[in-house]
Amino acid sequence: MKRNKTWAWIVFAIGASYFLLPLLATIKFSLEIRKAGWTLDAYTNVFADPRFQQTFGYSLLVGLCTVVVGLLIVVPAAYYVRLRAPQLRPIIEFVTLLPLIVPAIVLVFGYIRLYNSSSLLPLTNSNLGTATLLTFAYVALGLPYMYRAVDTGLRTIDVQTLTEAATIMGANQVQVITQVIFPNIIVAVLSGAFLTLAIVIGEFTIASLLNQQVFGVYMQNVGANRAYEPAALSIISFILTWGAMGMIAFLGRFAPKTAPRT
Amino acid sequence: MASVGNIADSAAGPVPGSAAATRPNPFGWLAGLKLGDMLAVLPFMLFAILFLVLPLGYLFVQAFQTQDGAFTLDNIAGLFEPKIRDAFWLSIRISAASGALGALVGLLMALAIIRGGLPEWIGNAVMTFSGVASNFAGIPLAFAFLATLGRLGLITVALKALGINIYVRGGWDLLSFWGLTLTYMYFQIPLMILIIAPAIHGMKREWNEAAATLGASNGQFWRYVGIPVLWPNLLGTLSLLFANAFGAIATAYALSNTAFNIVPILLFAQIRGDVLGDRGLGAALAVGMIVICALANVIYLVVRTRAERWLK
Repeated sequence: MKRNKTWAWIVFAIGASYFLLPLLATIKFSLEIRKAGWTLDAYTNVFADPRFQQTFGYSLLVGLCTVVVGLLIVVPAAYYVRLRAPQLRPIIEFVTLLPLIVPAIVLVFGYIRLYNSSSLLPLTNSNLGTATLLTFAYVALGLPYMYRAVDTGLRTIDVQTLTEAATIMGANQVQVITQVIFPNIIVAVLSGAFLTLAIVIGEFTIASLLNQQVFGVYMQNVGANRAYEPAALSIISFILTWGAMGMIAFLGRFAPKTAPRT
Repeated sequence: MASVGNIADSAAGPVPGSAAATRPNPFGWLAGLKLGDMLAVLPFMLFAILFLVLPLGYLFVQAFQTQDGAFTLDNIAGLFEPKIRDAFWLSIRISAASGALGALVGLLMALAIIRGGLPEWIGNAVMTFSGVASNFAGIPLAFAFLATLGRLGLITVALKALGINIYVRGGWDLLSFWGLTLTYMYFQIPLMILIIAPAIHGMKREWNEAAATLGASNGQFWRYVGIPVLWPNLLGTLSLLFANAFGAIATAYALSNTAFNIVPILLFAQIRGDVLGDRGLGAALAVGMIVICALANVIYLVVRTRAERWLK
């Protein structure tokens, strides 16, 4: 068993250096903006940049809209499929897999061709229209994760009994979903929401092609024009991603462990 | 409580879907909810049609149309022009290389933390880190690798101090096939670890013991038991990693706007400024990407369904 352990340590050491060296190099690079000594100036420059504040705020706003729209689309459908229409499940699951199969750049290409200024529904004509298109594109990107999260949440509660109990007490269907089902799957929903946010916040391809000034596009601009600030942005992004994943792990502790039916 | 349970039992018949349709309905509310049922799934269907089916279908149609709208196969044939063919070939090579190497390293790391006897906290740390790193892609990843292996990167500079210049002619270049492959592995390896870890956990200790009792060496165990059991998972994950790299663009674009002639960057330039000068050819390019990614994903889905029976 001794030999066994040695190879594991070697593999781990190689892997760890591959993953940690770029992070250390980026941190070091981000601190070297002044010739004399290490400073946090690259970070202060980024945070003080009004374009950082604007684009990051906008990305956050679009991300939140994405989560809300995604939930409005996914929760009722997943609930209905689980409760009364299991025969629809293969179709719904196929649709939720599409964004994984189709690259984001192809998706946005389709949007631009279909919703351009000379089409029936010219969404790209106005700022609001393009922002809407961006949000729906992000909903599509997050759909696989959102659907899986909500479906997992529904699996851990007894949808059938909860629905009947609520209905007997006089709740209508909207009330059942919003006041009974939704609060019971809130932990799963939030995991899906944070994963969606992590994907959406730094997204570049779709936003860039829709000419939307989001955080990802800002990062690309800075990368093309500055030397040290990109490294700082890279570290900030890593911490943001870590934060989102940490929230998911943290929320996981509150998830119900029982699985009454599947 | 008892009455609620009874209702639940009677309503949750053997086949819930057909039960509502065929059985005389004991509760009025089921009939009253039909419209609500449709409304529940309507937003999803509407979204799927407007933002997934129609845009993609439109691209498919355009890929087979001339500028005037007549049917043609010229666009598809155009994909075999040297520039586009080269882009597909480079994309396929980078995706295959980063997928295969990512899968290999990811598998070794997963084996190391799960079966290599490393302390538990290391395993947990690797799994947590994998969750973060698999989502750490795009623009920031390019910056990190520029700071590490770019011309002014930490490793480049450190090696130079030791008298080794890796940026010599014919030497290392981050803006090259191997540079991009190494960069992509930063999200490929963690994804592999995340997907393969459950499969490795599913390999029971008893299998080792049974094999050892029958006189098998460690090598024979892997040759005849371990690899055959993991094989479907490996193959499936490999195709997933391939598709993952094939559609990626932001990292390559941030490393260098133009250095890489890969399909997504070519498509990006086409959408921006119609560089191909041919709308139909642009659509064909997109369809080509969908076909390759779809093939890879179909392999993944088919193989995964077959693999799952071993992982009870």
